[in-house]
Amino acid sequence: MAEYSGVMVHAEAEEGKLAAIATELLGCGRRLADDLGEELSAVIVGSGVSNLAAEAFASGADKVYLVDDALLQDYQTDTHVPAVEKVVRQAMPRILLLGQTSIGRDLAPRLAFRLETTATMDCIELDIDPGSKRLRRTKPVYGGNARAVFTSELDPQIATVRTKAMTPLAPDTSRKGEVVNVAAGLDSSKVRTRVLEKVKQEVEGISLEAANVVISGGRGMGGAEGFKQLEELAKMLKGAMGASRPPCDNGWVPDVLQVGLTGKIVAPDLYIAVALSGSSQHMAGCSGCKNIVAINKDPEANIFREARFGVVGDWKKVLPAFSAKVKELLAG
Amino acid sequence: MNMIVCVKQVIDPEAPPSSFRVDEAGKKVVPPAGVPPVISPFDENAVEAALRIKDVQGGKITVISMGVNLLREVVKKPLSMGADELVLLEDEAFAGGDSWSNARALALAIKKIGVYDLIFCGRQAADWDEGQVGSGIAEMLGLPGVTLARKIDVSDGKARVEQVTADGYEVVEVSLPALITVSNELGEARYPTIKGIMAAKKIEPIVWKPADIGLEPEQAGAAGRKIILQKLYQPVHEGKCEIIEGESPEEAGAKLALKLREAKLL
Ligand SMILES: Cc1cc2nc3c(=O)[nH]c(=O)nc-3n(C[C@H](O)[C@H](O)[C@H](O)COP(=O)(O)OP(=O)(O)OC[C@H]3O[C@@H](n4cnc5c(N)ncnc54)[C@H](O)[C@@H]3O)c2cc1C
Ligand SMILES: Nc1ncnc2c1ncn2[C@@H]1O[C@H](COP(=O)(O)O)[C@@H](O)[C@H]1O
Repeated sequence: MAEYSGVMVHAEAEEGKLAAIATELLGCGRRLADDLGEELSAVIVGSGVSNLAAEAFASGADKVYLVDDALLQDYQTDTHVPAVEKVVRQAMPRILLLGQTSIGRDLAPRLAFRLETTATMDCIELDIDPGSKRLRRTKPVYGGNARAVFTSELDPQIATVRTKAMTPLAPDTSRKGEVVNVAAGLDSSKVRTRVLEKVKQEVEGISLEAANVVISGGRGMGGAEGFKQLEELAKMLKGAMGASRPPCDNGWVPDVLQVGLTGKIVAPDLYIAVALSGSSQHMAGCSGCKNIVAINKDPEANIFREARFGVVGDWKKVLPAFSAKVKELLAG
Repeated sequence: MNMIVCVKQVIDPEAPPSSFRVDEAGKKVVPPAGVPPVISPFDENAVEAALRIKDVQGGKITVISMGVNLLREVVKKPLSMGADELVLLEDEAFAGGDSWSNARALALAIKKIGVYDLIFCGRQAADWDEGQVGSGIAEMLGLPGVTLARKIDVSDGKARVEQVTADGYEVVEVSLPALITVSNELGEARYPTIKGIMAAKKIEPIVWKPADIGLEPEQAGAAGRKIILQKLYQPVHEGKCEIIEGESPEEAGAKLALKLREAKLL
């Protein structure tokens, strides 16, 4: 029987290009493959995705498995799991990496159970154990209060990776590789779901994930009104506005602004946290930022354990003065 | 409508981070003293999802919880919210499981219950933050599923589910029976009413051991694990926050801006 070998990345597409997470996974996958002295492949599943192979090569892949089928237009468990399963059974990668995205969160566990192997979700570090050559998967647990390191004896070793946890390679368009087309072979009568509609909750301005400056408000903002001030400040700093979970749950801001473990992962140069306590689950979304600034009236709030600069005080008094000074400095 | 909701008892994830302790040698988290465990928050959303369907079209909700030292006042909460029946998989043998052993035991318990149109799980348990058990149960029972639900409507043997995505949501239709994992965007779980609490007191949980659900000892809990926990530790906090002070909060705010300019962050 053939042996498992190599590293495979499930590369998601976004608006006709490889998603940022795909290039991050390829960067990480390249390192793992080189450590093992084995091949790095990408699996791209979708409809009209053939043109993405070149991008995958430029980002580090040696080989690309393409499953291009009209039935794969939208992500659905019943179409994508069999498609990736087929590629994995054919290619037999030792390691399979996916993004901790809404797709990866659905696909990775299904695939692991179907292939009778293990997956570890939301990893932030991956390396090869020098002794056993097995994949060491480090993931935050208990909302980020602790970290766990897992290994498994079963192949393929599946892990999803948190966005922004890995560094992509500088794209090298001279890199070429082999394209393997795999027929999806789907039976549409076995698809038990149907995507009826896609609703985008548009947010004006710079996207939270791309912004260099993020200003987030928490429960202590007290209502939608306060967020207007944060939005103005965000605009002034050419940044984006975010929030902890309670403002989203309370409908003060759209759900898509939630930063954290189950929200967006951001890594700006500057993160200003206003009237949020800095729960481990929230910090999971911004811990990659070295310059966290906190405004909170409670000197004991956890956010002051995470911040570089802070002001203890009522945001209603601190923030307008802060914003006015920022405006003055930027003008001068 | 017959509905089953899986709820897990966990250490309160909202306990202050400073109270959090790990026993590195035992690779275990030490429950903080004086902080009672809770139902994992997304599982409360899952109970709420089932209750909203029951509110509209009636039905029966069976709650399953697996673990050891399950506090009755904790695991009975879904009953006091309006669920009908509670099945506890409670035995030392169920302890220390991973996604595989947990999904297997829950799937077998659901098989034993037998009748179901919808199974609900939380999107992820607030201890290991995996988000795998729901998918595992669905695979083992051969069910379709939708993950990360924020709204569910049932009619004509189908569920229309709004599924959370990074930039909004998708509306997905799924045939029943199906497994749905629920996210907080669904909305807060209702509070138990006095009447509900009284009713819950009278409901005796059904307790099943591994043998009752046909689970071999070598597949249960720690024995049935497929993933190996090598290490559990707390990340170190550098924690040197420079507090900017002023005569007044306004002055402190202005000084903060100057400080950020000085640090070349503005
Ligand atoms: C599994 C799981 C996943 C989760 N995922 C996320 C996630 O992705 N993102 C997330 O954010 N949360 C998440 N949470 C929730 C998280 O645990 C916290 O409940 C949440 O982050 C708290 O939000 P907060 O800091 O805004 O509110 P609180 O903790 O209530 O803090 C409010 C803060 O505002 C301060 N304050 C109040 N009034 C003022 C004022 N006038 N001026 C200045 N300061 C003031 C208070 O001192 C306090 O520190 C998750 C929870 C679980 C269990
Ligand atoms: N021991 C358990 N008892 C009941 N339900 C569970 C248990 N473990 C996991 N679940 C369910 O599966 C979901 C996902 O768990 P996990 O994959 O561990 O993050 C939880 O939100 C629960 O709905």
